[in-house]
Formats: sequence, C-alpha cells, structure tokens
Amino acid sequence: MSELFPLKQVMGFVFSLILTAVALSVYFFNLSFSTGMIILLVTAFLQAGLQLVVFMHAGETEDKGAIYTNVYYGLIIALMTIFGTLLVLVWDM
Amino acid sequence: MDFFERFAVPHPSFAIYASMVAIGLTVVAVLAGLTYFKKWGYLWREWLTTVDHKRIGIMYLISALLMLFRGGVDAIMMRAQLSAPDLKLLDAQHYNEIFTTHGIVMILFMAMPFIMFFMNFVIPLQIGARDVAFPRLNALSFWLFFMGAMLFNISFIIGGSPDAGWTSYFPLAGNEFSTSVGTNYYMIAIQIAGIGTLMTGINFITTILKMRAPGMTLLKMPMFTWSAFIANVIIVFAFPVLAVLLAMGTLDRQFGTNFFTMDNGGMDMLWANIFWVWGHPEVYILILPAFGLYSEIISTFARRNLYGYKSMVGSMVLISLLSFLVWAHHFFTMGQGALTNSIFSITTMAIAVPTGVKIFNWLLTLRKGKIVITTPMLYSLLFIPLFTLGGVTGVMLAMSAADYQYHNTMFLVAHFHNVIIPGVVFAMLAGLTYYWPKMFGFMLNERIGKWTAWLLSIGFILSFMPMYITGLDGQARRMFTYSESTGFGPLNMVSFIGAGIMAIGFVLIVYNIYYSTRYASRNISNDPWDARTLEWATHTPVPEYNFAITPQVNSIEAFWDMKKKGHVIFKGEYEKIHMPNNSGIPFIMSCIFFVWGFSFVFSLWIPVIVTTIGIFVCMALRSFENDHGRYISVEEIEETETRLRGA
Ligand code: HEM
Ligand SMILES: [Cu+2]
Repeated sequence: MSELFPLKQVMGFVFSLILTAVALSVYFFNLSFSTGMIILLVTAFLQAGLQLVVFMHAGETEDKGAIYTNVYYGLIIALMTIFGTLLVLVWDM
Repeated sequence: MDFFERFAVPHPSFAIYASMVAIGLTVVAVLAGLTYFKKWGYLWREWLTTVDHKRIGIMYLISALLMLFRGGVDAIMMRAQLSAPDLKLLDAQHYNEIFTTHGIVMILFMAMPFIMFFMNFVIPLQIGARDVAFPRLNALSFWLFFMGAMLFNISFIIGGSPDAGWTSYFPLAGNEFSTSVGTNYYMIAIQIAGIGTLMTGINFITTILKMRAPGMTLLKMPMFTWSAFIANVIIVFAFPVLAVLLAMGTLDRQFGTNFFTMDNGGMDMLWANIFWVWGHPEVYILILPAFGLYSEIISTFARRNLYGYKSMVGSMVLISLLSFLVWAHHFFTMGQGALTNSIFSITTMAIAVPTGVKIFNWLLTLRKGKIVITTPMLYSLLFIPLFTLGGVTGVMLAMSAADYQYHNTMFLVAHFHNVIIPGVVFAMLAGLTYYWPKMFGFMLNERIGKWTAWLLSIGFILSFMPMYITGLDGQARRMFTYSESTGFGPLNMVSFIGAGIMAIGFVLIVYNIYYSTRYASRNISNDPWDARTLEWATHTPVPEYNFAITPQVNSIEAFWDMKKKGHVIFKGEYEKIHMPNNSGIPFIMSCIFFVWGFSFVFSLWIPVIVTTIGIFVCMALRSFENDHGRYISVEEIEETETRLRGA
C-alpha cells in the first residue's frame, strides 16, 4: 500500500496549497507593508524549496551533491547581490 | 513613404553613406560569388547546418576576426579624432556612436566569440570527447550570437547607431535623451546574442562534467578546461542578470514602464547597479579562459608541468565567487556612503590576490623550465609584465577615495585596455597561433608572428601609457575633443601613432594567414609543438569523431606521459561511433530571430508576432522530431584512420 500511495507528494501538494493560501491572505488582510513583505518572502522561499525537493526530485539521484552545491552557490550569489544592492541604493544613500 | 522614413539614419555623414554602399556591394558580391561558384549546397551542408564543434568553433573564429576589424576601425577613428586639439574629423554625435559600438563590438562580439571559438574547438578534444553535450544547442548558440552581432552592426546604416556608451546608463539611454532607435538595437541585439551565450554556458558545464574521458577526474583536467569551466559557471550566473536588465530597459523604452526613469518612482541608478552586477563577472568571463590558454602555452614551451596546479584551480574557484562581490567599484562616485565604498574597495582588492597567485605560478613554471620562444610563447612572455601593470592600476582604482580622482578619466580607459589587450587579446592571438596547425594542417609563419607580437606590444605601450598621464591630468573619457590649452595634444598624438602601429600588427595577422596558406609546409606532425594535452593526441586534420578510440587517462598531462613514460591511452578495438545529425533548424530559427529583433527595434508589432510564432514552431518541431543520430561504421573508421595515418 505504502508503495502505491505517494504520501510525500500528496503532503507536499497540500503544504504548497497552504503556503499559497497564506501568501494570498496578505491581499485580504490589512497588514502593514513590512509584515506583508515578510510573509510573502518566507512563503515564497519555502514554496521554492518545497517544489525543488518534492516535485523536482532534487536529492533523489546520485548527483544530489552537485544539485545542492549549485543551489547554495546560487543562493549565496543572489543574497549577496540583493543585500549589496540594498546597501548601495537604499541603506547607505 | 512615412513608413520608410523611420529607417533613415538620423545623423548621417558621407562616411555612413559610403559604408552603406560598401556593405550593399559586399553582400551582392558574396551572394553572386556563391551562386557563380555553385557553393550554396556546400555552404548549407558543411557549415550552416553543421553541429560539429570544430566547425562551429571555426565559424566563431571567423566572426570574431571580422568584428575585431570592425571594432578596430572604430578605434582608429577615435584616436584620429583625438590626435590633436580641436580636430573636426568626427562631430560629437558620431564620436558618441563610435565609442559605444566600439565597446560593445569588442567585448561582446569580438572577445566573447573568440573565447567561444577556443572552448568549442579545444574542450571536447582536450577532455577526449566526441562532441559537446548538446551539439544542436551549440549550433543554435552560435547562430543566435551571430544574428545578434549582425543586428547590432547594421544599426549605423539603418535607423541609427546606439550612442549612450557600451554601459548605456540611464537616464541618458532613456527615451528622453536617446530618441533614435539606436538604443533599441542595443537592448535587442545584445539580448539575442546573450541568450546564445547563456546556452553555451549550460552546454559546456554539462560537457565538462559529464563527458570527460574515463580516468580524467576533475583534478586531472587540463588547465584550459578548468578555466573554461569556471568561466561557464560565471556565465550561467551572470547572463540571466543581463537578460533581465535588457528586458527592463526595453520595457522602459518601448512600453512606457518606469524602472529607470527619473520620475514615477523609477530609479536611474538601478541600471548602473544591475549592469555591473553582470558587467564585472563578464570581465572575468573574458580573462579566465585567457589565463587557461596562457597556462597551456607556458607549460608547453617551458617544457615542464604547470607549477601549482591546485592553487591555480583554487584561485579560479575563488575568483568565480569574488567576481560577484565587487560590482560597485564601477560607480564609487555615484553618491553612496563611505561604508559601502569601503566594503567594495576591500572585496575588489581581495580579488587581486588570487589573480596575483596565478602570476606567480606562471613565473615559477618558467623558472625551472627550458624555455622555447615561439610566437605563442612570446605573446605569453609579453603578457606577464604588461598585464601586471594593468592589475596594479586596477588596485589603484579600487581605492574608492582615490577613484574620485581617476573615475571616468583616460586613466580608467588605460586600465581596462591594459588588462584586456595584453590579457585577453594577446591570449587569443597566442592561442590562435598555437591551435592553427590543429585546425588547418599547417603552421603560421613564425617570423611574421613574432613581428606581429612585438608591433602589437610596442603599439599598445605607445597607445595606452600616455592615457595614464593625461588621465591623471584630467582628460575625461568619452569627450570628442579638447582645447589646445589643456596640453593634452602631444600625448594624444603619441597614442594615435601607437594605435597606428597596432593596426599594422593586425594587418600583419591577415598577411600571415595569407602567406602561410600559400607557402607553409603541409608536412607537419599531429603534434608540431611537442605539447602535453590530449587535443594533440589525435590526427591533423581532426576526424569528425575526434578520437577513433576513446582515450583512457590517468594523469594530468596524459599525452605527455604517453610520449615520455609510455602510458597507453588508446586501448581496445574500434567500435562503431554514434554521432549527431546535422540540422538546419538552428540556422533557420536564428534567422527568424534576426527578423524578430529587427522588427522589435522599430516597434513593428505585426512582424514581431508572426516571427514569435515562427520561433515557437521551430522549438515545437524539435520537440516532436525523432532523430537518434547516426553511426559511423568500423570499416569507415578504419579507412579514415589509415588515410590520416598515411598522410
Ligand atoms: C587586479 C584586478 C583588477 C582590479 C583591482 C580592477 C579594478 C577596477 C576598478 C576599480 C574599475 C572601475 C574604475 C572606475 O570606473 O573609476 C575597473 C574598471 C574596469 N576594469 Fe578592472 N580591475 C581588475 C582587473 C580587470 C580585468 C582582468 C579586466 C578585464 C579583462 C578588467 C576590465 C575592466 C573594465 C572593462 C573596466 C571599465 C569599464 C567601463 O567603465 O567602461 N579589469 N577595474
Ligand atoms: Cu570591475
């Protein structure tokens, strides 16, 4: 039975729906800009991670080392770029 | 008639009309020649539809050389205009157009394809593979680059050339200050070529990770392959930034958005910021493969293994990360605070360290070597001191407080030419001379080659050293003239003379190709330089399948150890070889892309829609196509091998 029922995928699907609903709630409730932004960012990153691991099968093949290295490297560069940009254009202007 | 007015050049001159005629005549002559000599079929079968990495490489090479001359003519015109005070050879507008196209053509359409040429031609051979991982994607990459480059190049005769600098900063590049379609060309043409480059990046990362000969672990890869690998990783992370940036620029210019405008919440500095997020890694994309080539050449002609292999690799991995952390050094003067500038100053100086490590590695390789001075080696030996000078002035520029003095002066211009010409261009010419026999079966003339290297070096010094001085004295970059009282005149004349000497050097390259094609001996071995890596282990000319038997490797310098230590790298019998089929789709799809880009530039939406559909049709055709490649039979291999061995 457990082979037939893709529990992980179904859970992932439910969880991704919940994340979507939470993100959507920002629109309906009257939140401050920063609270809304935080909710959006957190749900977005969780969502991306979830899709990557559960539905795009990162970590299920033998090249998972390469895949995760790549993801982390990309994340580091993206974060550095974003925070650097904020520093240049907003925080230290 | 109204419809056609938009294609007119907004700021014409006699030279532009003359170029129009010349370009028209050349196109007619080429078409007529192809028809007269009945070469259409040959062209289509052997080149336009090819997926062979060696042929694609050669097409990159031809494009790069063509663009070198286009950019070179731009350069000479600028130096001529500045050679004396108050000259009127060019007016301000033409000068703007020329420095803009010079920069883009040289970096994106000369240096980049030159590197693509080396990666294409060398890497599969160097790692013992039959082709790249995705041969057809590779053809598409080339044709997209080519069409992007051609689109950019027709701008000055149809609709007007871009004129906001190769950096195309907003608000200058916005609609308010750049009214012609020139900057649209910039956005669209580079976008098309950039997509090609991004695909190349993915293709080569896969090739290098997945298609190495058995036994070639990562730390047994030749240094050029390593450098290209790192460069491709940087491409994959940096080029999406460029694509998004250009798309945002297009939206601003043609669809009324406000990313970079001065009002409605736009932020003009955001362009400069994102541009350099791509731009700085881009300069490392250019220099790393150049470093790789120097490493191959220096160890071949010092007749010893490369000193400090692992530190070379380590410093490149470090550079790949650091190159993304320094971009703000290009706009220290934009108004951000001292804290930000200090941070970026420090990261910038940090990147000079791994670069320095490499210089020391080459010097130490030379120290115990038995140096043979051939043309490629001569370029490499000239590179070391000249490039170091550029690195040192780079560190000067990296000090943000001092940069207020240097920024946007000729000092900066001298810096980047000082790293790009001895660093990248010399590497390209050294590599070209080095790999020429493997491509065409004869050597380039050594005497002419050495003359060229010396002329280029002397020309370079005369041309760019004076700019350090005039820059410190306050001569701004991108100014089309200056008055006599500034005193810049004599040094600029020296620069002009230097540029002339460099021009002679470049003409000598063409002469060398002509001369050697006519007179050089065809009777050379497969390994004329006594080299060390696998690309020299196969025949000259290289058969389409590269290696009849896949090599098996167990050392860094596999071929050298085969020659000197008797390692056996070709084991076993011939087996039939699986090869990809040629395809016309990449070429056709890129032609459609060209029309798409052209229509987009002029906001002709109906053709844009039609061609967009065409592009998707091409992709769909590929998806539903059933093409499993073909096999080369054992008899055919035997026949080719005996023929090549005999000759
Ligand atoms: C030792 C390493 C290097 C350091 C510390 C360095 C530092 C700098 C700095 C601080 C600037 C900006 C100066 C200003 O705008 O006032 C600059 C500009 C530039 N550098 Fe370098 N650089 C280095 C190596 C390279 C290399 C290897 C290349 C290319 C192959 C390169 C190409 C350029 C270009 C193209 C520009 C100017 C672009 C423009 O404004 O149009 N640099 N460099
Ligand atoms: Cu930089």
